[in-house]
Amino acid sequence: MITVKEELCNHCGSCVKACPFGAIKIINQIAVIGEECTLCGACVQVCKACAIEIERKERDIDFSRYKDIWVFVELKDGKVRNVTYELLGKARKLADELGEKVCAIILGKDVKGLWTDLSSYGADEIFVVEDDNLEVYYTDLYTSVLVGLIMKHEPNIVIYPATKIGRDLAPRVAATLEVGLTADCTGLSIQDGRLLQTRPAFGGNIMADIISVTRPQMATIRPNVMKKSIPDKNRTAEIIEIPVKVDIKGVRTLIKETISMKTSDAVPLDEAEIIVSGGRGIGSKENFKIIEALAEVLNAAVGASRSAVDLGWKPKSFQVGQSGTTVSPKIYIACGISGKIQHLVGMSGSDIIIAINKDPEAPIFNVADYGIVGDLNKVVPLLTEVLRSEFASR
Amino acid sequence: MIVRFIVCVKQVPDTTEVKIDPKTNTLIREGVPCILNPFDQFALEEAVKLKKGEDEIIVISMGPPQAKKELMKCLALGADEAILLSDRALAGADTWATSYTLAQAIRKIGDFDIIFCGYQAIDGDTAQVGPELAAQLGIPQITYIESVEELSKRKLMAKSQTDEGYKVVEVRLPVLLTGITPSGFIPRSPPLPNIIKAKQKPFTTWTADDLGGEKDKYGLSGSLTQVIRVYAPPAREKGVMITDEPSIAVEKLMDMLTKDKVI
Repeated sequence: MITVKEELCNHCGSCVKACPFGAIKIINQIAVIGEECTLCGACVQVCKACAIEIERKERDIDFSRYKDIWVFVELKDGKVRNVTYELLGKARKLADELGEKVCAIILGKDVKGLWTDLSSYGADEIFVVEDDNLEVYYTDLYTSVLVGLIMKHEPNIVIYPATKIGRDLAPRVAATLEVGLTADCTGLSIQDGRLLQTRPAFGGNIMADIISVTRPQMATIRPNVMKKSIPDKNRTAEIIEIPVKVDIKGVRTLIKETISMKTSDAVPLDEAEIIVSGGRGIGSKENFKIIEALAEVLNAAVGASRSAVDLGWKPKSFQVGQSGTTVSPKIYIACGISGKIQHLVGMSGSDIIIAINKDPEAPIFNVADYGIVGDLNKVVPLLTEVLRSEFASR
Repeated sequence: MIVRFIVCVKQVPDTTEVKIDPKTNTLIREGVPCILNPFDQFALEEAVKLKKGEDEIIVISMGPPQAKKELMKCLALGADEAILLSDRALAGADTWATSYTLAQAIRKIGDFDIIFCGYQAIDGDTAQVGPELAAQLGIPQITYIESVEELSKRKLMAKSQTDEGYKVVEVRLPVLLTGITPSGFIPRSPPLPNIIKAKQKPFTTWTADDLGGEKDKYGLSGSLTQVIRVYAPPAREKGVMITDEPSIAVEKLMDMLTKDKVI
């Protein structure tokens, strides 16, 4: 139930601007809420007069009407991020087990060309929310739209990638809806009809299995952990277009400037399949070129330890570890990285770890599947050359 | 203009000191010292840097009575007032119940301009409490902040990290900020005179009764998620070590990678 307290409303119009569904009008100097309202709460947050009130339902006990698994589609430069397909792959398996549908939820501008891939990777339905003002991620706009959709359609499960955007958005949505949320999951399964959410905690030293006592069950999922399905071009999905009228004036955090420090074709660190990282042992900023050369041959992303970042050899956005990015690539190659616990926390989820270090006692060797004890200045260029000719001959 | 900062902090076990019992493969918690979550210390120090003249910094923390130690450190680091939210009824809270508790405390404090939270706590690593708190209070949030660039006339500009670099974001106060700790940051201990002075600063403890609100939204009973099992992760098997000279080492590595179908 949403109500406008007429005695408090000063018809300032801020709710009209904030409403992503164009549901509010000022009529006779009072805000009037129309049928388009999805109870997303955007107006409540901007109303300075506290004149709008939403009464949320009592916490449910009967969950049977909550159906389907929703995947939040993250876009980057107008393309679907790889992690979305991983989430769709997992959602497909869970949905088959539950006998429910997989729905991809896509917010953005000009997203029509992206539908085919979403369906081939497992989506049965695609909710499309298109608006020029949704081109850039804004917490306020995306939260309002998602909360509105979830209130209306009542999904059973909603999963988001544990990326910078997913970790900004999911808790905002969860707290607005007053539902549970589990962060950074590395495993999802169905147990007694419920979603069992597995995540590392305590710096990766323990694992916890978590369930939600509310619906929808929500979780953010680490990139590179779930497996994509094999795409099936014959699959089709039902397209559900959601009409919105998003006003940029409803955004409270305005982006003034965006600075990119990477080349445009670089893979984001948290979803790279292969990462070549350098640490203090690299010796200098210039010498990082041997890391970059190896990364280029492998089509890998370049990472750095905290020490290397502290020394100014790489910007902060390259940092792998607890205070940087947590990564779990298929192959992680650590060059000249000793392996302090804060670094290990950020990369020990990698499938295969290769370490090159001159100190045989370096802790990185405790987690490495393959370790070379030796001078990286000799080993890394040699490895680069051998791999280059190996790939050339294939 | 007087700015009132509220900094949310947490007492955490020093995870860098945590060891795994090799026999039982479980966490050895005994003897692990508790510290001020380093990310929260960074958030507090950012607030101290921004503080001018009559501005005020209040630190709040939900935790056991022992968490007073960390709040005293915050006072010594430059906070003006500390409030500990401590009650058996608050124990076992998940991120939602924690943010509800903090929101109740902040409503009780009254006016504020900037809420600072650390990037995440080093024990739970969720990074959820900040945005959840902002949502409960209905204020905007900026996450992954590297630095606050400008603060004037009820407006603030902050540098927020993105996958490729950063963006500069402008917001009107009030706002909640969560910080990413720059790599050069080393949590310092406050100097002795400040530790002594901290004892003169106001320190209050609030219980669940003081916070009011709905009793069933606190602690374990208010939690919307439940931990049903905790266990040690499967240990990584010890890998192969190659100690030959570089050309032979690379050759051996390539053989193994090919044989194991890594490449």
